[in-house]
Formats: sequence, C-alpha cells, structure tokens
Amino acid sequence: MSKKVLMTGNEAIAEGAIQAGCRFYAGYPITPQNELPAYMAKRMPEVEGVFIQAESELAAINMVFGASAAGARAMTSSSSPGISLKQEGISYIAGAELPAVIVNVMRGGPGLGNIWPAQSDYFQATRSGGHGDYHSIVLAPSCVQEAYELMFLAFDLADKYRNPAIILGDGMLGQMMEPIFVPRSSFLVPREENKRTTNHEPRTTKKWALTGCKGRRPNIIKSFYMVEGDLEKFNLTLQKKYKTIQQKEERYGSLFLDDARIILVAYGSMARMAKSALNQLRKKGKKVGLIRPITLWPFPRKAFTYNLSPKTCYLVIEMSYGQMLEDVKLTVNGKARVEFLGRSGGGIPTEEEIIKKVISYRL
Amino acid sequence: MEKIFSHPKSLRNVSTHYCAGCGHGIVHRLIAEIVDELNIRERVIGVAPVGCAVIAYDYWDFDCSESAHGRALAVATGIKRVRPENIVFTYQGDGDLAAIGTNETIHTANRGENITAIFINNAVYGMTGGQMAPTTLLGQKTATTPLGREIKFHGYPLKISEMLALLPAVKYIERVSLHSPQEIIKTKQAIKLAFQNQIDNIGFSLVEVLSPCPTYWDMPPKKALDWIKEVMTKEFPLGKIK
Repeated sequence: MSKKVLMTGNEAIAEGAIQAGCRFYAGYPITPQNELPAYMAKRMPEVEGVFIQAESELAAINMVFGASAAGARAMTSSSSPGISLKQEGISYIAGAELPAVIVNVMRGGPGLGNIWPAQSDYFQATRSGGHGDYHSIVLAPSCVQEAYELMFLAFDLADKYRNPAIILGDGMLGQMMEPIFVPRSSFLVPREENKRTTNHEPRTTKKWALTGCKGRRPNIIKSFYMVEGDLEKFNLTLQKKYKTIQQKEERYGSLFLDDARIILVAYGSMARMAKSALNQLRKKGKKVGLIRPITLWPFPRKAFTYNLSPKTCYLVIEMSYGQMLEDVKLTVNGKARVEFLGRSGGGIPTEEEIIKKVISYRL
Repeated sequence: MEKIFSHPKSLRNVSTHYCAGCGHGIVHRLIAEIVDELNIRERVIGVAPVGCAVIAYDYWDFDCSESAHGRALAVATGIKRVRPENIVFTYQGDGDLAAIGTNETIHTANRGENITAIFINNAVYGMTGGQMAPTTLLGQKTATTPLGREIKFHGYPLKISEMLALLPAVKYIERVSLHSPQEIIKTKQAIKLAFQNQIDNIGFSLVEVLSPCPTYWDMPPKKALDWIKEVMTKEFPLGKIK
C-alpha cells in the first residue's frame, strides 16, 4: 500500500528515519538542512519520540551518544561546519561501539564557506574525521527516494555492527523536492503500529544498553582502556569488525559496464548529473558507463573488477578537488586509466563540462 | 546483634586509584550508600566524567556510561529523555562542568532536565597534573599559574552554582564540603535530596562539593582539609544556594 508524497530531501531523510524506528533526534539549525530538524520537531511527538534542539552540534552528538547508550535508535544531522564539530563525538560513538546515524548535508567550505552544495567532506566521512583508527559506515543517496530508503539501511547497519553510520548528502539533494513512494498507508503511524514497524523494538532489545541493572550485571559504556595491552586488543576487534563490513556491505549502482570504455564514477547528486551526461553521450554513440557508489565506506571495490584493463578510463566526477578520486586510484591500482573532473566551493560540474571532457579523450 | 554498617552494595569491593586524602573516594561511597538507601540501584544510570574520576564506573556497581570531556550533562540528557523512569546522574569535576562543559551545564540546567549533577570542586585539574581550574583561587599556584592566579590574566574564580541559580528551571543547588565528618554528613544529605528530587520529578538538582586535592595543592591531607575550611569556603560559601 504505497503512497506518493512530494518531499524535500531533508524531509524525506527525517521521515525515513522515523519509519525506520528513530525515536531520538538532537540537532542544531544550519543551512541547508534546517528542514530536517523542523520536520523532526513536528513528527517526533507524533510517534512519542524525543526531539531536542540542542545548544550546539557538539551537544547534539553527545546527546545522541547518551540516547544510543540507553538503547534508542538515535540520530543527528548537520552540514559541513557542524559535522566538523561532531567529530570527537563520532569517535567516541565508534570507540564505545554505539549505533548512531549522522546526516551530513554538505555545503561549500572550508570554514564558513557558503550554503551551496558540495562534496568536500568525503575525506572527513570516510577517513574517520575524528581521532583514532575507526570507520563510520557511509551511505550516499542520490535522489530523494533513495534518501528516504537508505535511512532504513543506515539504522539497521548501525545496530547490526554497533557502529556510527553517516548519510552523506549535499545541499542540492536536501533542498530539492521530488515525489517519492512511501510504503506506508499513512504518515500518522498510530502508537500500536509503531512497535511493529521497526526491526528492533526501539529501546529494549539491546543487551548491552543502559537500562538499569535489574536482573543482570551492570553494563558499562566506555571507550577507555588504560590497562597495558587492552586498547590494542580492543582495536583489533574493531579492525575485525571493519573487515567484516568491507566483505559484506559494499553497495553500488552501475550502468553499461558490459561495453563501456569510459566509466564515469560519481556519487550523490553528482551521479544524477553524470547519468544525464551519460545518456546524451550514449545517444552520440559513445561507450560510456557509470559506477555510482552507494556505500562510500566500505568503498565498493567490487564495482571495479569488471573493466580493469589499460583500455578502460575511469572519469571520477566530484563536487570537490579529488577526494573519492583517491579511493578510485587505490582500487584501480594502476591497472586502468583514471581521470578527474571536479569543481568545489559551491561550483558544480555541468553536463556540458562532463560531455566535453569525455569527448576530449577520443576513446 | 544488629548489623549497622557494611560495605554498600552499589560500591564494588575494590581499591581505588585515588591519592591519599582525595575526596573522590568519600563521595563515591556516599553516592553508593544513597543509591542503596533509596533502593534505586536497578534504576540508576551514572555518567562518569573525564578527570581523576574517569573510571568511576569501575568503582560503582550499577549501569554507567563514560562521556567526552565536558559533555556528561548532554549524555545524561540523551539517556534521561529516552528513559525518563531511570535515575540519571552525572559526576563531574570543575574542568568538566565549569570550563569545557559550561555550555552543556547551563543549557541542561536551563531546560530543567530532571537529572542530578554532582559537581566535585577541588580548585585544580588533578588528572592532567595540577593545572588551573575555573575555580582556582586568586594567588593559588598551579602548573599553568606558576606565579599564582591573577585577575589581569585569568579573571576570578568562577561561581557556576550561583550562576545556575538564576535559571528558573533549576530546582535545587547546594554547596557542601568534605572537610570534617559533620560536613560529610551534610554532603550526604544534600546529595540524597538531589537524588530524591529526581525521583519526585521535581527537576534539575546540583550539589557542589568542595573536595581536597592534597597532591596538587602541595599539602598533606589534613592540611588540605583545613585549607578548604579556612580558605576555600571564604571564596565558595557553603549552604543552600537555591
């Protein structure tokens, strides 16, 4: 029983989170994601969840730490400068092995930058922007429908692996309005149905959570290991977890990999523009394909196994000066040609620029 | 024969790492006794700070969380909002609560979160080697005020409790001390009331405890207690603030 609704990306992310069982949201206003906390302010009370406008992005991520430690599906959102503030908190969430979802609606930087879309936080998201050897799972939606749907995956993966999960969107995705299909007959989810719509009953199925030590030994949520050798041992368990995630959770979309000579590699909003350019190039007879990473961490290395040869050219296109480019280069490892087209600071590579670049390779 | 004194259930029977004459051991025990007496061990969730008491969760025997430095009250807010039926408290030093965490402290209090904050004020940063705290007294020598705290460079000792008393959503603030058995009894009463307030859904309660740090005050333990009584209480007067 699907329902078609017109929503902005920001709102779709919020609604997706609620329907995925998120019952705690803390955030701080920052453009271009303000519609998200505003939507949560209205929607959370309807599902008897918690909405807090925190005093800062820093406070918000630490509230998420607490809510998650108490067993709830918890989330925060911000945009690039605010996500910088959250890095310590994300490191703690990873170190304490707590599940949490963090949404970054990227904007131009560095510093205050501007409020135009960008993809300049790829490094920050995938290279664990906070201190320490950890990884957040990073998901990149490229349309409003996917932004809604990936929230279910984000919370499920976060819970499954007891790990932070980052939704890496951008200002264009956050602000654009598209009709999406929502597989629920009504947005006003009645209270009893709440308990059945989520995979995990929000507060009680986590054995490790802080719920009060009735009937069991006390639980401790911490990331601190001062006894000699303990931290290294703990880190090895984290590394093992990350290897498992890399083996099992890569996701990507692709087009025309069977005959492509030039393969565009792009994610998020950039992938949609790349796809438009691809369609036009295909009409001109150019053998162009597309790899669209959906998980940025783990980076979908499998997507590159099909065309790895010196005859292939991967053209990485980003709203940055070459961040995902490095992961492509590492994956390709010299076995194919890798080129780059990028603009940042609010500048966005256009279809014309992409088409011109592809044609210039004369492949 | 009636047993009138024993080791609290909520305190693990282990030795602590605290220095001789430190106040943490006393307050940890008081909290454990109160949790037992109020019969809330299975409901309580403690939030430990960053500071000498960073491993308080190894000493208490109930559910606990760590927190990033200064963020205990934000973490506690998250826990309490999700689990309002649990009793949530923070245990923080002067750096955690009144320096790096000041924003969280003020806003948690201003929102009137129904939680209990235990504020250990020993006028110095112990864990990191005795640096100046917001509550360091004028003239007090520390690792970062080798010539003594001066108004010109460092401002005045911060009276966070008096500041919080201005907020209408704050329901109870008291400053107590550990410098004598009589004062320790008063400390226990204040902390117990702060917990009872939460049980009774009254609202945000904070107890500031003047606590000795013999190591970084460079005094023997007894002299440290005297220093609290004779010097610290002049700057930080004891009693009910709100």
